[in-house]
Amino acid sequence: MPDAGVKAPLIGGRALLLVPAMLVLLLAFVGPVGWLLARAFTQPQRGLQNFEALWQRQGYLQVLWNTIEISALVTPICVLLGFPIAHAMATGSPRLRRWLVFIVLLPFWTSLLVRTFATVILLQRNGPVNAVLIALGLTAEPLSLIYNLTGVMAGALQVLLPFVIFPLHAAMARIDPAFMQAALTLGARPVRAFIRVYLPLTLPGLITGATLVFISTLGYFVTPAMLGGPHQTMIAQLIQDQIAQFGNWGMAGALSLLLLAVSGVLFLLLHLTIGLKAAAR
Amino acid sequence: MTGDGMDLWRRLRGTICILVALYLIAPLVIVVIISFSAASFLQFPPPGLSLRWYVNLFGDPAWTSSLIVSVQVLIPSATLATLLGTAAAYALVRGRIPGASMIGAALMLPIIVPGIITAAALFGVYRGLGLNGTLTGLIIGHVVITLPYVVATVSSGLRTMDPRLEDAASTLGARPGAAFRRVTLPLLLPAILSGLLFAAVASFDELIVSLFVSTARVRPVAVQMWSNVRGDVDPTIAAIASLCFAFAFVVLLAEGFLRRRTGIEGPR
Amino acid sequence: MTQPMLELSGLRKSYGTHVAVENVDLSLDPEEFVTFLGPSGSGKTTTLMMVAGLQQPDGGTIRLQGAPIERQPPYRRDIGMVFQHYALFPHMNVRKNIAFPLEMRGLAKAEIDRQVADALDLVGLAEYGHRLPRELSGGQQQRVALARAMVYRPALLLMDEPLGALDKKLREQMQREIKRVHRERRISVLYVTHDQEEALTMSDRIAVFNRGRIEQIGTPSELYERPATRFVADFLGDTNFFSGTVLGSSGDHCHVEVLGRPVEAMAPRPVAAGTAVVVAVRPERMTLHPVAGDAGLTGRLIEVIYLGASRRSVVRLADGGDYFALHPASAAAPSQGAPVGLSWNRQHATVFPV
Repeated sequence: MPDAGVKAPLIGGRALLLVPAMLVLLLAFVGPVGWLLARAFTQPQRGLQNFEALWQRQGYLQVLWNTIEISALVTPICVLLGFPIAHAMATGSPRLRRWLVFIVLLPFWTSLLVRTFATVILLQRNGPVNAVLIALGLTAEPLSLIYNLTGVMAGALQVLLPFVIFPLHAAMARIDPAFMQAALTLGARPVRAFIRVYLPLTLPGLITGATLVFISTLGYFVTPAMLGGPHQTMIAQLIQDQIAQFGNWGMAGALSLLLLAVSGVLFLLLHLTIGLKAAAR
Repeated sequence: MTGDGMDLWRRLRGTICILVALYLIAPLVIVVIISFSAASFLQFPPPGLSLRWYVNLFGDPAWTSSLIVSVQVLIPSATLATLLGTAAAYALVRGRIPGASMIGAALMLPIIVPGIITAAALFGVYRGLGLNGTLTGLIIGHVVITLPYVVATVSSGLRTMDPRLEDAASTLGARPGAAFRRVTLPLLLPAILSGLLFAAVASFDELIVSLFVSTARVRPVAVQMWSNVRGDVDPTIAAIASLCFAFAFVVLLAEGFLRRRTGIEGPR
Repeated sequence: MTQPMLELSGLRKSYGTHVAVENVDLSLDPEEFVTFLGPSGSGKTTTLMMVAGLQQPDGGTIRLQGAPIERQPPYRRDIGMVFQHYALFPHMNVRKNIAFPLEMRGLAKAEIDRQVADALDLVGLAEYGHRLPRELSGGQQQRVALARAMVYRPALLLMDEPLGALDKKLREQMQREIKRVHRERRISVLYVTHDQEEALTMSDRIAVFNRGRIEQIGTPSELYERPATRFVADFLGDTNFFSGTVLGSSGDHCHVEVLGRPVEAMAPRPVAAGTAVVVAVRPERMTLHPVAGDAGLTGRLIEVIYLGASRRSVVRLADGGDYFALHPASAAAPSQGAPVGLSWNRQHATVFPV
């Protein structure tokens, strides 16, 4: 044993520090989740009947479609709105950066429920947004801004912007300003330099942020429940219904497995394209 | 050097920044204002100001008992998560353990896996163990959910800390215990406290797991809010929301203060 | 015969398949100042870390004053170490940083205060005890690190590129300071650097590292004047290398054909006729003739560079390569473009196998 001696017992000692956290993770997370997923194949009886039902029932397919549609709509809007903020954070003065970080972080650390609830007040029929729109003469009647797709989008963007802003900012902060200057001195017009030099360098952050947003939206529960209508029911609500209303653990397990599989595949793709380590930074 | 394109971009960027900032902050401001409303429904702008909803909050046993439950869950779960998470982070960053990055990723799973799955799974397993509707059940669920926050915060704190400081302590005659106590711990304390604060906030805000494993008798604030939001809404919920918001605000300030005071680049 | 302060024998360390240190042998005398010099990744820092106990060797022994220590943890070795970026504890002021090793040794408070004050005096920072490390300049931090590593009077002090972060002027001042402390405290020093000038000015002996091995160990003048390998000749100072073929050897020197002309050089190891070799000559040992003579090589003077105290002549030979000669600025020089001859005294040239 070449590495015997002083360091060896030390490493053993440090590895022991992992045991309590790993035990909690295994017993209170991995175990229960595994149990839930196993229901998909065992209840009401062994077999794939839950997945067949999922495939055949129009209602389920509609919910799956809603889920993907909303995620696919939210993600690009998040990126488009988050990009300028991240850019201002990365290239602005330290003062501006501090303010922006604060503004983005504060809602991030305020309860999802509180913010969603606030969005309800903001967007309701007699709420301030409608009042402003009527006062500006943009509409005569108050608009329906909640309990529909608009409401879900508004609420989701509120919550998800930080997920795209921070990875983007991290990528932009690593870009040496000299790259852009070099491109300009080499004769590229600013817009061209931006598209050819800057944008590709932000791509890892952009992909990470977009994936995080997409995956988070897939599992959304509070936002569609509070801001959406019956047409915006998403998969998480369906899982809850299966358990709370029908006690259908088999279907709940099948839906969970589906949700987890899609998220897992996306994470894997992220890992394969830019590496999880880079994404975590 | 600034062509038309860049100018246009700067102006567009400024406009979007202001609009998005408003969009992020406005709901919070409106909630705070409505919490001081004199009206008995969610009207904006409020017709008059009063403290009645705060009085109501602390006078209504449904709210006070849920506040007590939240605190009873928050304190042990945040403490446990901080202890377990700090130990795990130290092992992962300094332990030279094979596969550390895989283990670190596994510890992040509870915030990556959609909350509904964790919640349904715990609810299902708790049924057989009689843990639904108990403080123990809630605490276990909250430890799982908040552990990743602590692991992430403390790990990044450790990564920004020069590992040579521990080596230096060792060459100067400090045994591992003394080196940890005198050098690592004081330098890591801001990150550990940040982790603790974030775990506390996450536990207080946690809804989905609590929704599944709590009952009407043992019901934390978030669940109480949830059932109110969906029923008759009065500004009491704005009052509790404002308090949550104030809590987050204080935590953020405290975190920034911790970072500045120690002069070490803290984790995000 | 005195007992060596430190003896390394057969020291080995690899990371996976990469061999970082391979069979390092070294003996360090009491009060001696030995420098590990080499390019980055040559194993010098790894060797130092193994002496400190921060890396575990795969094989070999480390003896400190005769006792094997390679199985002992760093905190029992009683060796002082100055780290590359000082590694001062950022949350402790200067005084507490220096007191740390004394507290770890359980000294009484009064004794600690006395020794800390003493150490602060030694490095000229008596007024700075209450400052935090980040409130000090780089040079001052360096002194604190030095005081902290010496306050408990270790017999051996290790320094890992301690001046790497300082600018040139401050570096020279700190070099003198470290030498002064070394003399005053009569301590043995193992010093790691990749800066050859630093190594030449500070060391009693230099060990040149390359690819995990010590290429040569000797006094600065031995290494400079009589490099044992081509690597040492190349790494330490400027050297002209002329490719040639051995014509024959006699005693400690040999005849070599370079660009069709016979030249002479010293041979550290015997070389057979017909071997392809390089002849290494320092620029300041080259003689430049205004007109090509019978002896030496012929070429054309293509550039003269004025360096203040000296002048560097660039001579292009028939093989198209540029070679350098260094002269006092006052010496007369042929004009640019003129044909010139290059020669040297055989004492100052060394052959190495290719």
